[in-house]
Amino acid sequence: MDRRKSLQTMILGGAAVSSGVVFNSCKTETIDEAVAESSAKYFGRTPKELERIEKLNAEELFNAHEMETIAALSVVILPPKEPHGGPIEAGVPELVEFMGKDIPTMAPTLLGGLMWLDHKSNTEFGTEFKSATLEQKKQICDQICWHDIEVPLDKQALEIQFFYMMRGLTVTGYYTSKVGIADLGYKGNQPNVWDGVPQDVLDQHGVAYDPEWIAKCIDQSTRGTIATWDENGNLLT
Amino acid sequence: MQIKESSEVYDVIIVGSGAGGGMATKQLADAGLNVAIVEAGPFFDPADPVTQTQLKWPYESPRRGAGTDRAFGEWDMSWGDWEVDGEPYTQEEGTNFMWWRARMLGGRTNHWGRISLRFGPKDFKHKDVDGLGDNWPITYDDVKPYYDKLDKLIGVFGTNEGRENDPDGFFLPPPKPRLHELFYIDGAKKSNIPVIPGRLSMLTKKINNDRGVCFYCGQCGRSCSVYADFSAGSCLIFPAQKSGGRVKIFVNAMVREVTTNEEGRATGVSYINKEDRKEYKLRAKVVVLAASACSSARILLNSKSKQHPNGLGNSSDVVGKYLHDSTGASAAGVIPGLMNRKVSYNEDGVGGMHVYSPWWGDNSKLDFPRGYHIEVWGGMGQPNYGFGWDPNGMNKYFGLKVGGYGESLRDDVKKYYGSVIGFGGRGEAVARKDNYCEIDPTTVDQFGIPVLKFNYKWSDFEINQAKHMQDTFEELIHNMGGIPLNEKPGKDQDYGLHTPGQIIHEVGTTRMGDDPKTSVTNKYQQLHDADNVFIVDAGPFVSQADKNCTWTIMALSWRASDYIIEQLKAQNI
Repeated sequence: MDRRKSLQTMILGGAAVSSGVVFNSCKTETIDEAVAESSAKYFGRTPKELERIEKLNAEELFNAHEMETIAALSVVILPPKEPHGGPIEAGVPELVEFMGKDIPTMAPTLLGGLMWLDHKSNTEFGTEFKSATLEQKKQICDQICWHDIEVPLDKQALEIQFFYMMRGLTVTGYYTSKVGIADLGYKGNQPNVWDGVPQDVLDQHGVAYDPEWIAKCIDQSTRGTIATWDENGNLLT
Repeated sequence: MQIKESSEVYDVIIVGSGAGGGMATKQLADAGLNVAIVEAGPFFDPADPVTQTQLKWPYESPRRGAGTDRAFGEWDMSWGDWEVDGEPYTQEEGTNFMWWRARMLGGRTNHWGRISLRFGPKDFKHKDVDGLGDNWPITYDDVKPYYDKLDKLIGVFGTNEGRENDPDGFFLPPPKPRLHELFYIDGAKKSNIPVIPGRLSMLTKKINNDRGVCFYCGQCGRSCSVYADFSAGSCLIFPAQKSGGRVKIFVNAMVREVTTNEEGRATGVSYINKEDRKEYKLRAKVVVLAASACSSARILLNSKSKQHPNGLGNSSDVVGKYLHDSTGASAAGVIPGLMNRKVSYNEDGVGGMHVYSPWWGDNSKLDFPRGYHIEVWGGMGQPNYGFGWDPNGMNKYFGLKVGGYGESLRDDVKKYYGSVIGFGGRGEAVARKDNYCEIDPTTVDQFGIPVLKFNYKWSDFEINQAKHMQDTFEELIHNMGGIPLNEKPGKDQDYGLHTPGQIIHEVGTTRMGDDPKTSVTNKYQQLHDADNVFIVDAGPFVSQADKNCTWTIMALSWRASDYIIEQLKAQNI
């Protein structure tokens, strides 16, 4: 069963959403086959690294209820917005689960914080956090979302630390996902020929290129020509 | 268990395949010698799609690039970091040295910053300037022809600026500055700090038909699949093989010691094959150590024999001594003028600085004797794990609330994207005999080989230099209209001076010199105590300079290789 699908169904009521996650934790092949099979899928891991990832994937840190609670909290923290979706499309709950296992010191804060959320919600509203109304969820979050910036985080209440961690995971999870990168507008990670900052950007920020400096820089129309120099190091081509 | 010994006698065994070992391989194999490379890690080729991390997206990984398995993030192309499983190192109490080891063909050249700076005339004779440390037994003029050839063979962008101690070379044209670098140039100008185009070994232009040209993904740390940046495999070892050289590569082979005969001359090496955990011997006429400054010192110290009771090459007791790393300190600031950026274009650029500041100061008027250069980073880079973690944390500098949740977090992230500039100061430490590595007789690695114990402390020279870096960074941030992101580290924190080793420029452990009593090798990097053993990593460095060490490692390795060829021809070794 693909757990992410069930979370999508729960949060979005079954609406069709695009997947932002390529890693499939239900993988059953052996590590060696997996490494050989496809670098695109395994992002250049060494066999030992891949083995560790498979091992973590086979472990379960959060039960289904906790995963649903994480999903419910993540969309309060960063509500989805057209056209680039939100934390569910970005695979935030899966990231929270994985990181809680990958960096085990995070797990107690996450597990404890989830318990706190339900306790608080039950006490104040007589319902678990995930089933509370959006307004009720916000009332709870409002009490823990402002940490004291003058005090080290680890000296503040567990629920404050928890919210800080969940916000961090949610925002970083979103902006490292396909949909989040589209929302951010990052244009890199693809072949390019860098030829300087566009004029409208220079103008916006009130800076300009020094013509003398630019004269020394690569003329990109010559990038494919093999370099030769005179004996004094002056480029001839 | 009997040690398995091969019958073949190689002309040269090269231990290690990084910058020094790669260059020796290229030169010696090109000269027709029969070469065996012994590398402690597995084979690696940046072009292999199975191990490639270049152009991966964070969402291809369940940890989105986090550094759990690799200290510099999971895309970084170094197999091994401050820790290598089963291969510990220890520290003298009260001291700390961080030791980075990359266990793979090409070693650390696969992930390094490619900052390729020549040492200048003063750098080889700095004792003449300030009376500290020692002079090298060679001059800039001895090395210049090799730097020149190196520039042309490997390719490095930069500009000829006519600066006295930052020599000109044979440069490819540099890339244009990015937006944050224009802010840096303007900011530095206000303090009369020079800024010139960076000097990095990436191909902004073709240098031959075997290597690709940079396509500006900004990911040199991931090792370039089209060989547009320098790494020892792609630019030295594979070309040596391709041109018909006899190069046999032994991988996953951890050298225990250099073996010697009755006359005390080297006969080869013994190594542990990591796959079957058995010990093997290889024989050669000449042994070249290029395992990294500390690893080569370790091999020498572990190579004890009747003829070399204190370890091979160690009659002087200098092996392991004078260990030094570059100094480093960092700062970053948020620049309001760089906030609310247009994301209409791709500004990845090359994987490193398009501009930098070479050392400008007059140390005779300062309370530290050696200089540093400033590396600059910033820009709208690829988001990875940690990006946006504290999405509006910088609000505190602008009197706005920090924390909360909701749709406004999207605006916070975008408002600050690309608005931070950071600096790394990289300086020269004075080499001292009492900073050293030695064998820890109580600890072995998983192959039964005694490990290194480090003993390294900074002196006031380096601490004062770090203070100067911090003051300079503060001024630069101020000049750019920015706000420092962290509280300036004070005296109680040694002004943010990084732990020794952390800049990953280990040098000096087998220093060269004319006097066998105070040095390990002669000026051709040949052991005083065994004429058929050479060291071509940064061990023979007498001093570090405020430059990065790789370009000089390669120039000197080439020079030593020429000497080996000449000596073999003359039948002197």
